[in-house]
Amino acid sequence: MVSLTSARTVRAAAPSRPPLKTGRPGAGWAIPGLVFFGVFALLPMAGVVYLSLTSWDGITAPQFIGWHNWSRFLGDHQIVQSTIVTAILLLGNIAVQAPISILLGVWAAGKQRNRAVLTAIFFLPLLLSTAATSVMWRQLLDPNFGLPSKMSWLFFGDQNMLGTQAGSIVCLIAVTSWQFVPFHSLLYQGAARNVPETLYQAAALDGAGRARQFFSITLPLLRNTIVTSTTFMVVGGLTAFDVVLLLTNGGPGTDTSTLPFTMYQTAFVTYDYGYAAAVATFLLLLATGASLLLVRLTGYTKMTSTQEGL
Amino acid sequence: MNNVSRRQALAALAGGAAIMATTAACGFKSANATASSADGDVSYWTQVDPTNTVQQAAISAFNKTSKGQVTLSTIASAGYLGKVQTAMGSSAMPGLFFNWGGGSLSPYIKAGKLVELDPSLKSHFLASPLQAGIVDGKFVGVPCRGTQPVFLYYNKALFAQAGVKPPTTYSDLTSLVTVFKKRGITPFTIAGSGTSSWTELMWVEYLVDRVGGPGVFSSIAGGDWSTWKDASVLQAAQMIAELISSGAFGSNFGSVNYGAGGTSTLLADGRAAMQLMGSWDYATLAQISPSFVKNDLGYVPFPSVEGGKGDAGNVSGNPTNYISMTTAAAGTTAADFLKTVYRDDYVLGLVKDGEVPVTTNTKSLLSQSTDPAYSSFLYDLVAGAPAFTQSWDQALGSTLATPMLTEIQKLFNGQDSPQQFVSNVLAIQG
Repeated sequence: MVSLTSARTVRAAAPSRPPLKTGRPGAGWAIPGLVFFGVFALLPMAGVVYLSLTSWDGITAPQFIGWHNWSRFLGDHQIVQSTIVTAILLLGNIAVQAPISILLGVWAAGKQRNRAVLTAIFFLPLLLSTAATSVMWRQLLDPNFGLPSKMSWLFFGDQNMLGTQAGSIVCLIAVTSWQFVPFHSLLYQGAARNVPETLYQAAALDGAGRARQFFSITLPLLRNTIVTSTTFMVVGGLTAFDVVLLLTNGGPGTDTSTLPFTMYQTAFVTYDYGYAAAVATFLLLLATGASLLLVRLTGYTKMTSTQEGL
Repeated sequence: MNNVSRRQALAALAGGAAIMATTAACGFKSANATASSADGDVSYWTQVDPTNTVQQAAISAFNKTSKGQVTLSTIASAGYLGKVQTAMGSSAMPGLFFNWGGGSLSPYIKAGKLVELDPSLKSHFLASPLQAGIVDGKFVGVPCRGTQPVFLYYNKALFAQAGVKPPTTYSDLTSLVTVFKKRGITPFTIAGSGTSSWTELMWVEYLVDRVGGPGVFSSIAGGDWSTWKDASVLQAAQMIAELISSGAFGSNFGSVNYGAGGTSTLLADGRAAMQLMGSWDYATLAQISPSFVKNDLGYVPFPSVEGGKGDAGNVSGNPTNYISMTTAAAGTTAADFLKTVYRDDYVLGLVKDGEVPVTTNTKSLLSQSTDPAYSSFLYDLVAGAPAFTQSWDQALGSTLATPMLTEIQKLFNGQDSPQQFVSNVLAIQG
């Protein structure tokens, strides 16, 4: 297997002592990865696209029906509503989670002992399963036995948190943030620890205060991490489903029925796999488009380091 | 490309071919999912519930004398229906399975997965619960469990304090709303959270039945979706809208869940006066507070509606549960096993578990129940009902029932006006 890298160079150099090679590895190395990707990603994707052209209840064989699902898809007001709800949840989650996790991450990057202890406690929600926490929160949000009954000053009105659209969306964002802020803080903590101490010392000499240091040094140097974290939030937000299923079940009515939830319900509750595949294909395009756009907009592809010139 | 990477590519191709071959093999296997011999073994799927021990005892007794063995698989209730649906198209199809009858079986019959049963079995069961086991004109479900009608539970202590009696007419019901609201007690507890719209459905079922008679829904279930236009549906929706605006259900039911830690606890705690619920709530209440069930639990049929076409004796709910046989079952073994579900020892086991089976021999065994008064109430309610309307979600099957439940939730939340409710439900099958 020596020659896997590039047989030609090896053979040419064979007579004498093999030279130290620094060339790119040969295409052969990519095959296991490509096969894996092909079998477990491309093949199922192609399957989904094919299923979106069929009518299938999961019991009998799929029937090819051409563009029927797609013409229905284009005229479906439920899809429009789901897309809007998904977008609201996505933007809401970014707006809430990004500032909190940047601040927390930068704070947790400090070496003080109490911060290490508090950080460890704070990371706990990340370790719990989303299913378990969603069920827990549904009980906690019960107006008669949960938090609202004990803390009526916090839950205004008649504590009907999950019975209104605004209340449900607030709850979904709060629960998702509660669970995933620790993850994003972890990313920022790592990145903030990489900021060279000398920059802060220099800034302090120039008379920059804490706030100025944060905005002029920390934040610009976290740029790549902000892109990574936001990409995670966007892709995660587009596929978030378990919280919706267990906390609101898409309700009240269809007010929090996100795209992934609509897909699930179409496939596994009403057994219309063909139409669900059309929704899935749309989601696939949306998620791919969103992450490509994000990478383009932020110039992430240039792979420039935030620490050039140091 | 050089030699080595070509060899790699070939290996990859061979690997791919192997995977394809395996997949294809699986495909063939599923196509031939039929029993090898008529007296072979049978797998029986059921959902996890307190009667599993009674079922297992019946199976063990059967297996002692039978050549083909029956094996019981218990599946968690939350994923039960989905698992059955998935298995039905595959090689893992069970031979016998527990179900709710009605429209939920219709797709399986159309796909030719179910076996028609011996009509002589019918003579061992009460007539009305048998109906949901006969789907698309074919007898495919044998009753195997207690009956689960829906009726009004009430808190006797609260009624005594207020000096009132449980409702027998709809105007009684609305005046009780005023009485209990004045006392700061929720008149009717109801669960309106995301997954609980089936509790709201119960009100629609009863009001449509009392106003328009059982024929309205039987016509819808029979395939005439335009029957939703019937005036009784709109009137029932308007009655519900009035109940909600009068505060009959409290104001925050949209966040309330069903069961312990939800509606049932509210009733047992005396925070709510009544709940419209199925017979299974008795067991839930007994778990929450045995003393409440012993001293203060009352139950009455749903009241009549003045001027309505429906008989006040009509019942709605789950007539019972059923066992159905698929083409994967070893025919003789499965058919023999189905003759055990009306035998005295099986029925008695269910009765002792608090169930009220729908076999003809049930009545004589009811005195051995843990609460004979309650069991007799259930039996008389069902045996004397001129019509037993199956829960609409079970009767329609989930393809139609899921969007219908969403609209009912919207009606209760005030997102749909009664008129919008009718037109939105009509549009489900447009």
